[in-house]
Amino acid sequence: MRDKNKNPFPCDEETITQTLAVHCKGITKSYGNGNEVVNALNGINLDVFTGQLTMLVGPSGCGKTTLISIMAGILDQDDGDCVVFGKSFKDMNEFEKTLYRGNQVGFVFQSFNLIPTLTAVENVAIPLLIRRTDRKLALEKAAETLKNVALSERINALPSQLSGGQQQRVAIARSLVHEPRLIVCDEPTSSLDHETGFRIMELLQYAALCADRALVIVTHDPRIFDFADRIAKMDDGRIVEVFDSPEDMKKS
Amino acid sequence: MRSVAIKMLVGDRAKYLGIIMGLTFASFLITEQLAIFTGLMTRTFGFITDTSIADIWVMDPKVQFVDDIKPMQDMQLYRTRGVEGVEWAVPLYKGLLKAKLENGNYQTVILIGLDDATLVGAPPVMLGGQSADLRRSEAVIVDTVGAAGKLSKPSPLPGAKRIPLAIGDNIEINDNRATVVGICRVSRTFQSQPVVYTTYSRATTFAPKERKLLSFILVKAKPGEDINALAARIRKVTGLAAHTRDGFKELTVRYYMKYTGIPINFGMAVLLGFIVGTAIAGQTFYNFTLENLKHFGTLKAMGASNKTLLGMIVLQALMVGGIGYGLGVGAATIFGKLVKGTELAFRLPWQLLVITAVAITLICIFAALLSIRKVIKLEPAIVFKT
Repeated sequence: MRDKNKNPFPCDEETITQTLAVHCKGITKSYGNGNEVVNALNGINLDVFTGQLTMLVGPSGCGKTTLISIMAGILDQDDGDCVVFGKSFKDMNEFEKTLYRGNQVGFVFQSFNLIPTLTAVENVAIPLLIRRTDRKLALEKAAETLKNVALSERINALPSQLSGGQQQRVAIARSLVHEPRLIVCDEPTSSLDHETGFRIMELLQYAALCADRALVIVTHDPRIFDFADRIAKMDDGRIVEVFDSPEDMKKS
Repeated sequence: MRSVAIKMLVGDRAKYLGIIMGLTFASFLITEQLAIFTGLMTRTFGFITDTSIADIWVMDPKVQFVDDIKPMQDMQLYRTRGVEGVEWAVPLYKGLLKAKLENGNYQTVILIGLDDATLVGAPPVMLGGQSADLRRSEAVIVDTVGAAGKLSKPSPLPGAKRIPLAIGDNIEINDNRATVVGICRVSRTFQSQPVVYTTYSRATTFAPKERKLLSFILVKAKPGEDINALAARIRKVTGLAAHTRDGFKELTVRYYMKYTGIPINFGMAVLLGFIVGTAIAGQTFYNFTLENLKHFGTLKAMGASNKTLLGMIVLQALMVGGIGYGLGVGAATIFGKLVKGTELAFRLPWQLLVITAVAITLICIFAALLSIRKVIKLEPAIVFKT
């Protein structure tokens, strides 16, 4: 279902090399203490490759979001380790993790998380401003990225003036503007209708077509499974099975 | 990220205006109350300010402030004149006497008796007549506020405005006839009584008969003389109290600060302004941060460091603080202009602006600290919780 001629991003599918982006080994994570402990992850082993769209699927509460939070460096695991682009989280201090998030990770959220008082272009420019890019340059780059997600007409609109699909496009542009190597998406289509969700997934799929970029999507929406290159099925804090294509998953 | 911080702040109009209003109110109340307090305190030593020609004020050692008259014997004047370093020394009478008005009413006035020969201590500004006219028979000079107010005459026409006391009019002071020969402007007094000037000898005839009538001795130091050293010498030689002009002002203010409820009353009002400002601005700013916590979390997740977020919050606090301070001080200044020349004491020296600035900064720091603590402790993983 991927048509390389429609790819709005300046990446060439021919150059894609599938190298190891994230290597998670024996990840455990629990919340609470005493008798109230909930084991969210129980020894997760997972590899995520560049040039691929990897989906984490499974029922609510199975640990999908906890896993991408750890991969993105916004949550610390209790045990095990994640090696991202060759560097272990164990070797990073808080400052290095902050730098890692700012330079290497793009986020797409279920509820978009756009700042309501900023225009679309200003929202998209945030990752660049965090990296202390000159404001004028940041806004120019943000406007260019919004053009890639077909929102060049609405760059000065506030989030409240945009539809859900448009807001998610802004969020995707924001996740891409600083050219990160890992994009993590948490239920990116669950707030959208089927048609809009489909368009958003197309966009995300093309975003994964860049060499040296990996894309991880957490979802429990079976309608978008077809967009995945690899699917990791989770249940009760474990990876139950990894499928190399949606077809393999259907066969099982 | 400065632009993001500012847009986040001003974008939420209701909260933004709420914080600004709280800080404006605090800034206005603190400045206005301090200015009135300063104005009142200035009035307590207004007479000393008006009598600026004297370097040193000599008085009974028990005198606690400028209106606390403890008369001395006239011979003390000669002893003072004999102290080395004194250029000249003149007597001054100051007392509260009753003046009988044309309509038969009585009004307490502050009677000032100046040295007959030199008229040292004469009113600083004459609006009508001359101070030398005091040498005429039964002559008195009346301050303009008293002449137009408490000493004014009722109009013969019913309901018409009262007629100010004018040059040529007569009043009775302690059963002695006095003729107004001049109208002057003096600093407003703390008691707001009319001020009446006359000569020392006439003042002592107006005053009830007492053995001692000399209120103060005004001293001028010889050129090049250290006035503090001279004051000390006068104290040593005469056994009287001798204060420099500034020292006497300080003594007067200290008395009012210590023995009246004025500082505590104004202090409470200032404290109230501070507390209300802190409560409104602090609470609204904190709520603003709480409502934006998810966005701060998003920024944190996207790589904004705690230092960056702290900078954003401090910038937001400084911005509302600066605007609130400016509006409050501006409003207080306009208030001061509006009440100028009225009974209300209002004095706004630059030091008060600094005090208000410090108070508003403290409020902003408090508000920002509450918010900073919340943001610093924020787990970026909050972004994945809907």
